[in-house]
Amino acid sequence: MRIAVIGAGVFGSLIARELSKYDVDVTLIEKNLDVGMGVTKANSAIVHAGYDDPPGTVRAKFCVLGNSMYEDLSKELDFEYKKIGSLVVAFDDREVKVLMKLLRQGEENKVEGLRILEREETLAMEPNLNPAVKMSLFAPSAGITEPWMVAIAAVENAMENGAKLILGEGVVGFEKRNGRIVKVVTTRNRYEVDLVINCAGLHADEIAKMAGAEHVDLYPRKGEYILLDKKLGGHVRHVVFPVPTETSKGILVLPTVDGGILLGPTAEDLPSVMKDRPLTTREGLSKVKENAKRLFPRLDLSYVVKTFSGLRPESPRRDFYIGRSKLVGNFINVMATRSPGLTAAPAVAKYVVEEIIQGEIGVSLTRRKDFNPFRKGIVHYASLSLERWQEEIRRDPRAGKIVCFCNEVTEKEVIEAIKRGARTLDGVKFRTRAMFGRCQGNFCMPRIMKILERELGTDMSSLTLKSENSWIVDGKVRE
Amino acid sequence: MKVDVVVIGGGAAGMAAALKVSEQGARVVLVERDERVGGILNQCIHNGFGLHYFREELTGPEYAERFKKALEEKDIEVLTNTFVKALDVREKKLVVVSEDGIRILETKALVYAAGARERAFGSLMVPGDRPSGIFTAGVAQRFMNVENRLPGKRALILGSGDIGLIMARRLTLEGVEVVGVVERLPYPGGLLRNVIQCLEDFGIPLFLSSTVVEVRGRERLEEVVVAKVDENFQPIPGTEKVFEVDTLILSVGLIPQIELLEDLVEVNPTSKGIATSNLGQTSIEWIFAAGNCTAIYDLVDYVTYEGEMAGKYAALYAKGERFGPKVAVKAGENVMVVQPNWYDPSEELTLYVRTRKVIEKGRLVVGSFEKTFEELVPSEMLRVKIPRRHLNGLSEIVVEVKEE
Repeated sequence: MRIAVIGAGVFGSLIARELSKYDVDVTLIEKNLDVGMGVTKANSAIVHAGYDDPPGTVRAKFCVLGNSMYEDLSKELDFEYKKIGSLVVAFDDREVKVLMKLLRQGEENKVEGLRILEREETLAMEPNLNPAVKMSLFAPSAGITEPWMVAIAAVENAMENGAKLILGEGVVGFEKRNGRIVKVVTTRNRYEVDLVINCAGLHADEIAKMAGAEHVDLYPRKGEYILLDKKLGGHVRHVVFPVPTETSKGILVLPTVDGGILLGPTAEDLPSVMKDRPLTTREGLSKVKENAKRLFPRLDLSYVVKTFSGLRPESPRRDFYIGRSKLVGNFINVMATRSPGLTAAPAVAKYVVEEIIQGEIGVSLTRRKDFNPFRKGIVHYASLSLERWQEEIRRDPRAGKIVCFCNEVTEKEVIEAIKRGARTLDGVKFRTRAMFGRCQGNFCMPRIMKILERELGTDMSSLTLKSENSWIVDGKVRE
Repeated sequence: MKVDVVVIGGGAAGMAAALKVSEQGARVVLVERDERVGGILNQCIHNGFGLHYFREELTGPEYAERFKKALEEKDIEVLTNTFVKALDVREKKLVVVSEDGIRILETKALVYAAGARERAFGSLMVPGDRPSGIFTAGVAQRFMNVENRLPGKRALILGSGDIGLIMARRLTLEGVEVVGVVERLPYPGGLLRNVIQCLEDFGIPLFLSSTVVEVRGRERLEEVVVAKVDENFQPIPGTEKVFEVDTLILSVGLIPQIELLEDLVEVNPTSKGIATSNLGQTSIEWIFAAGNCTAIYDLVDYVTYEGEMAGKYAALYAKGERFGPKVAVKAGENVMVVQPNWYDPSEELTLYVRTRKVIEKGRLVVGSFEKTFEELVPSEMLRVKIPRRHLNGLSEIVVEVKEE
């Protein structure tokens, strides 16, 4: 059985990993130069509790299920996940009513541990919150993670178990016979397949159209964000939401897993021509600031590390569109994976493999006896005890050479990231957090380029930031 | 390892401090996280260094070389590629990490000379794409002068600080087309001599009261949008101009690096640097600091002087001498930054003063000291020695510039 998964975001990556538990040939095809660099790269990084999604929707079901899987998944795949809980805060009676609605909705969705907190208890849990708060909804099961690491870790583990990863090839068409897909055609190759799973994020509708399968029209919903410095770490303890509006969960404030603070997102629906343009705007960023100030009036917004924007695949139905195509029997859509996509992804992966492929389509898959569910992350030596770090340096001196001073990343970590597939500066950055700190790579970027140059046996001028044409340096000053 | 003084940072301030400590006969170790000492001087291949200190004009590497040689001659222990992981203030111990492993340094005094870092693009909140091709001046300079690489073909420079101006000239000389320098203030940020020698001599336009309002380019930078700003630095709609460039170089300010001491010692709220006395002493008596981690200096010569001062007194402290009491030095009328933060009569007071605005003719008043200066600009720091007699009996020293 040859299965192609198109798109290596969290959905494609986790589906590939789920498939690698079975005796099948899995090929994960990604048009970018790295995994997790599309929709997955820029979102709120929250593992949602599941009270926000209307009962009966597909996303409500998978959100709650997915949430319950994260703890184990993070241990198996060794990525950062912190179950810090979330608060939705209400400032007046109208907003309190919304909290009550969310509570009922959450209970219907079977979210565990939801509680309404009075003002005092809310402020005791979140001391820097605007004291004008009246009440809050506490969801202990909400958490935070690094979305790109979920994808990177899942793909590493899938590959360890035999899956193949193809980077830098976009799917441009399909070859069909008797209404079934027999080959996936990319910008460089043709792959013979028995089954195709479409996880192409914002472009999943285009892929479905190419295959002649059902689709919903996708458009990008843009969210702009501001990341604040670790110096402010501790100012915010939970994922803090305002009460949601009709269209979004609102602009929230949350800690990141490595101690910074993230503000955002805005929610702006854009035409489909903007699918690859996550632009930040003056208006959007000021809106983020204003709203964050309303929640945390004492937050010092002069400590901005960076601003960015992410795009989520939205459809007019405002729900996931997941299922086997009726028109093309060996084609499965995992589409319109808007928020809470990150949370839902592990549950969707299991559903696709167990219930669609094995159930609905009736493919019988054999579990591999030698499947290894565990993947080890790259060790951050500076976080080890001094004794253990000392041992590691004795074993490999490069574990003692700090290259990124802000986040204390060693040369050995950078080399390990390259060994695991980093080919671009972003590839190193997202795997190690080098260049992710307050100086934004101004000290270490040239040093990391030299390591890439050496390890890949290439020339500095062929290195890029993230994609094929995002070159960094031009020719030589002197030959 | 047990020493009298540890110096953190091997740039201009740290090298000068280590040499002074050694001159006092104390045992010193210099810790540098980079692969060599010299700091940013190593990549500043233009000249203009040393006019005060050596009374001759040197390039950055030449200036650094003199100190490197002296360090070698004096056989001062230098730990390069060594990162200070932790500082134990109570035990006076430092944990340092290198390829040789983790070491503990026990000391009697410390000189912190960590320098500054460049304000990064990310913190400017510029709207638009996030393409490659946006560099701080220091990174671009490193690419050109150390790695032998050109950062692009056509560049715009944001910020008219000295580094920005020098990069405009350097890029032009190497065949990169520089389409302009953009400055949000109504006057240039760097030294006047650099405006003339780096821009006017090469016909590079300077756009004052302007800023970058958008960057465009899906992969590599393609366009930069510049607009005029009002007196509150807010962009004025309708004044946008689009520049087709593949490179944007930022020279938008330096930030003192104070990380290791940040929550331990007093920090000057204006300079955001470590507060020190004129001896270089911080609010923790065995810790001294000097150079750009205390305030951003115009000239490396000044950094050297202050490094020497901190080194001398750190060595004396290690030998058991104690100093003080100190008197607070405060910025008064028209003064934006004043360094040091305290006056200790053990040494004469050398003041570094940056005015808040352009002043055609101003009278510097410090205690009973008065001196008139012409054409004071915020981008050029004054260095003035104040004789002791003018400061006698003061419980607080207010530094003012009266407009005349």
